[in-house]
Amino acid sequence: MKILVCISHVPDTTAKINFTNGDSEFDTNGVQFVINPNDEFGLTRAIWFKEQAGATVTVVNVGGPDAEATLRKALAIGADEAIRVNAVPTDGFFVAKQLAEVVKNGGYDLVIAGKESLDYNGGMVPGMLAALTGADFVNGCIKVDVTGNDATAIREIDGGKETLSAKLPLVIGGQKGLVEEKDLRIPNMRGIMAARTKALTILEPVSADAKTKAVKFEKPAPKSAVKLISPDNLDELVNLLHTEAKVI
Amino acid sequence: MSILIYAESAEGKFKKTAFELASYAKNIAGQTGTTVTAVAINVSDASALAAYGVDKVLKVNSDKLKAFNAKAYADVVKQAAAKEDSKFVLFSSNTDSLYVAPLVAVALEAGYASNVVALPQSLAPFQVKRNAFSNKAFNITEITTDVKVLAIGKNSYGLKENAASLVEEDFSPSLNDGDFSVTVQSSEKVSGKVTIADAEVVVSGGRGLKGPENWGLIEDLAAAFGAATACSKPVSDLGWRPHSEHVGQTGKPVAANLYVAVGISGAIQHIAGINSSKVKVVINSDPEAPFFKVADYGVVGDAFDILPKLTEKIKAFKAQNS
Repeated sequence: MKILVCISHVPDTTAKINFTNGDSEFDTNGVQFVINPNDEFGLTRAIWFKEQAGATVTVVNVGGPDAEATLRKALAIGADEAIRVNAVPTDGFFVAKQLAEVVKNGGYDLVIAGKESLDYNGGMVPGMLAALTGADFVNGCIKVDVTGNDATAIREIDGGKETLSAKLPLVIGGQKGLVEEKDLRIPNMRGIMAARTKALTILEPVSADAKTKAVKFEKPAPKSAVKLISPDNLDELVNLLHTEAKVI
Repeated sequence: MSILIYAESAEGKFKKTAFELASYAKNIAGQTGTTVTAVAINVSDASALAAYGVDKVLKVNSDKLKAFNAKAYADVVKQAAAKEDSKFVLFSSNTDSLYVAPLVAVALEAGYASNVVALPQSLAPFQVKRNAFSNKAFNITEITTDVKVLAIGKNSYGLKENAASLVEEDFSPSLNDGDFSVTVQSSEKVSGKVTIADAEVVVSGGRGLKGPENWGLIEDLAAAFGAATACSKPVSDLGWRPHSEHVGQTGKPVAANLYVAVGISGAIQHIAGINSSKVKVVINSDPEAPFFKVADYGVVGDAFDILPKLTEKIKAFKAQNS
């Protein structure tokens, strides 16, 4: 089985978010970048397939040279090879178009992408990629198993979960649950050394017009100070929720 | 030309988000001099949409569509958009709708913006504000295509009554066998409990609850409010509560009217998950807990002492005001 894991290169979840250039660009100054957490769960599940069933695992990113450190980390965790599509990821559709080209040329059976990246939160790339390649698609996927050409996937639904059957090739929008958090891999020294010799191919992008653009960023307005209420006066809290906040 | 909304339903009844979506669409229709059409799947009585400004509903009744199927539903919405010559196709930012919307965007060659939190700032060029960086910031997104697909965040616009005379029309889109390659084998749903996605109020517990055996205190307060229960990441990692209740950057986002956090210190990833909630109440014994910095109301004290008392007071309030 050939597996492609789509990797977003995103700010660490603890990063402070600031903007520059008239609030038109994300300020990367002092920000550490990581594998998008939703993708990390997918990558670990892909490595599990590799170890259990002899799959090959390719990781792919659409981005600039700065994303290569993130791809090398994925290789150190156990991916076999990496592809970087050399382009600034302008919008979700543009990224999906680039990934679709990689999928078509690589003949992958299973494509795992995080259900959304934690920077732009568009939540569109996995679905668009499935639509562009005509593959089966499961979003919000928390489990996936493959037998021959058949896949079984579980996705989260509001208030529960749903088990689905699908055919390969399959695209999943994955998240926490694909593997337990305790099972996420940390690169060890051997993996880091091995990653240095693994192939990282750079592809030039195919022509695709973005359909949206990020014009400007804003930060939420600063909050007024918290109103502290004595634990001995919870009636006041109930009253404020009713009369002031109007939420009960 | 009409603005199309996909009116989500469950067990034959519209979800509240469908009415919010209709309210939002009606506003854009007013600005653009157009009408609002809803597409509804397996809803026999669609009249409830009239109060929120929907002019026409396309009713699709099909046994094939009884179980949710993203590809088939996308096909239905695509055909409805073509029939209505819709330049705007609107979804709620719900689990199922977010599954369908990107498929529709590709089919219509439309630009797509999700997690939209306000009315468009400008119609030409079309610019709209959406959540980004896991609710730590907003992004003004411009959609440059003729047809635009939007997914509107829950509680971001609210319900606005605006009566219209609704025309109901049966609609029979063509469905391909290829749409049904992904099929539902089984589903497990917790019944009789408010889900995080539908909740107006969410009561959430953290490690301050000390153990799963104390969760009854959270459940009691949630029951008094008619709220959903949720938890912080450490609590789900420890297995005290299922992952489906984990709120935060890698868990579920919560856009409730009221979010009550008990014994949660307020890690940046947790705050990101609840930032879209309107009113935040924090109960914590540590006055230095970072959560107090983003809370509207705070109570510094012992959760084991406060929760039973607050539950009784909410019950009494509800009894008086019901």
